[in-house]
Amino acid sequence: MSSDFIEIVLLSLRVSGQALLFSSVIGVPLGAWVGLKRFRGRRLIAAMLYTGMGFPPVVIGLFVYLLLSRNGVLGSLNLPFLPRLFTPAAMVVAQTVIAFPLVAGFTMAAVMGVHPQLRQQLVSLGATPRQAALTVLMEARLGVIVAIAAGFGGIISEVGAVMLVGGNIEGRTRVLTTAIVLETRKGNFELALALGGVLLLLTFLANLVMLRLQGRAFDE
Amino acid sequence: MSEARCADAVYRLRNLTKIYGERRVLSIAALEVFRGEVVALVGPSGSGKSTLLRLLNFLEPPSEGIIEFEGQVYHSARSPELYVRRRIVTVFQRPMLLNRSVWDNTAYGLRLRGEHDARAWVEQALALVGLQGLAHQRAHTLSGGEAQRVALARALAIHPQVLLLDEPTANLDPYNVGLIEGIIQRLNRDQGTTLVLVTHNVFQARRLAQRVAFLLDGQIIETADTEQFFEAPQDARTRAFIHGEMVY
Repeated sequence: MSSDFIEIVLLSLRVSGQALLFSSVIGVPLGAWVGLKRFRGRRLIAAMLYTGMGFPPVVIGLFVYLLLSRNGVLGSLNLPFLPRLFTPAAMVVAQTVIAFPLVAGFTMAAVMGVHPQLRQQLVSLGATPRQAALTVLMEARLGVIVAIAAGFGGIISEVGAVMLVGGNIEGRTRVLTTAIVLETRKGNFELALALGGVLLLLTFLANLVMLRLQGRAFDE
Repeated sequence: MSEARCADAVYRLRNLTKIYGERRVLSIAALEVFRGEVVALVGPSGSGKSTLLRLLNFLEPPSEGIIEFEGQVYHSARSPELYVRRRIVTVFQRPMLLNRSVWDNTAYGLRLRGEHDARAWVEQALALVGLQGLAHQRAHTLSGGEAQRVALARALAIHPQVLLLDEPTANLDPYNVGLIEGIIQRLNRDQGTTLVLVTHNVFQARRLAQRVAFLLDGQIIETADTEQFFEAPQDARTRAFIHGEMVY
């Protein structure tokens, strides 16, 4: 296996792993909050999350591209902490935006699936609202892990956004999906298929890990 | 009612109302619950018994009026601090257990209070409800009666000052009803726990309570010592309810 090949696999994992981490850090609490809290505009936020779940990644890629480009809203500010276009960091931003509605939306549905009386009974036992919410989230862990798995599935296999904001630059921003597109166009079907196989294997392994995290709850 | 008894009220309710939207579901002029007694709240479905219990547990604030608990006054704009609320616990008609072991469910309230080494208390609570043998079983595999006993054990483990019971034996078989009633009696007799029991079963109220209050349409129609309540009810509606003649 060539070092280029390994580099592509590692970059795919790094970019999608970081994006998944960020989207989970944002999406799980947001989903739990929308699912558990009663407030004005809750339906609107839920509708926005559901819309985000079905948003075409390539359009998100276009938005991130326009935001980060030199003449873009954010890019023109030239802030040091903002990632530049055609870097792995820009790809992480795009994939985070793609994954977080999936993570938040499925988390929201999972916590809403827990019987509402449970929270009242936990509060009666002396739980603070925060303790009760965390316990409900733990009870919904099966669904929360599905939410994270959905987020991972949505970004590891995504090609449009990373192509736009990453540019598919060899040795810098080339990931499995963009490499598959390139090799297919060049007629290197064997290599494209091999890359596709690796992508499938990685997705399968990641989901095995998540299934393991679901623990005994899965068997009940 | 003696003055000594008056002075030892755990709860005093005054002009308490609860309104949901346009609907007034509770309107109680006055009610006391005294230390160490078992009070039964009886009445037909929809009479406001469970709502009253939620207010007593401070799970929701009243719309108007006051709840005096241990001499402190609470109302719609003043809820009790956490440590006060933690002296009260409710066992609900339909127990919601966590998808964990019986042991973990029983220890839950103690862990909330930072008691991570509470083995003795959990063991004691499980022994009290006769479930020591099922400590490591998953809660979701239990029968309805066992689940209700776990709900009781997790409440007992935290040694509440006041235990509120919302139809704790509804839908249970006679064996489990007998078990739970026995636990309630022992708890009151041996530990002096104050209990408020919501039930639509007048026979159960008679077996367990020292005082009974009859609720109808959100109002307390009559409160009396158990013997007097059943033998010489003052209100015709109470009489009709006791004798099963009330149409609702």
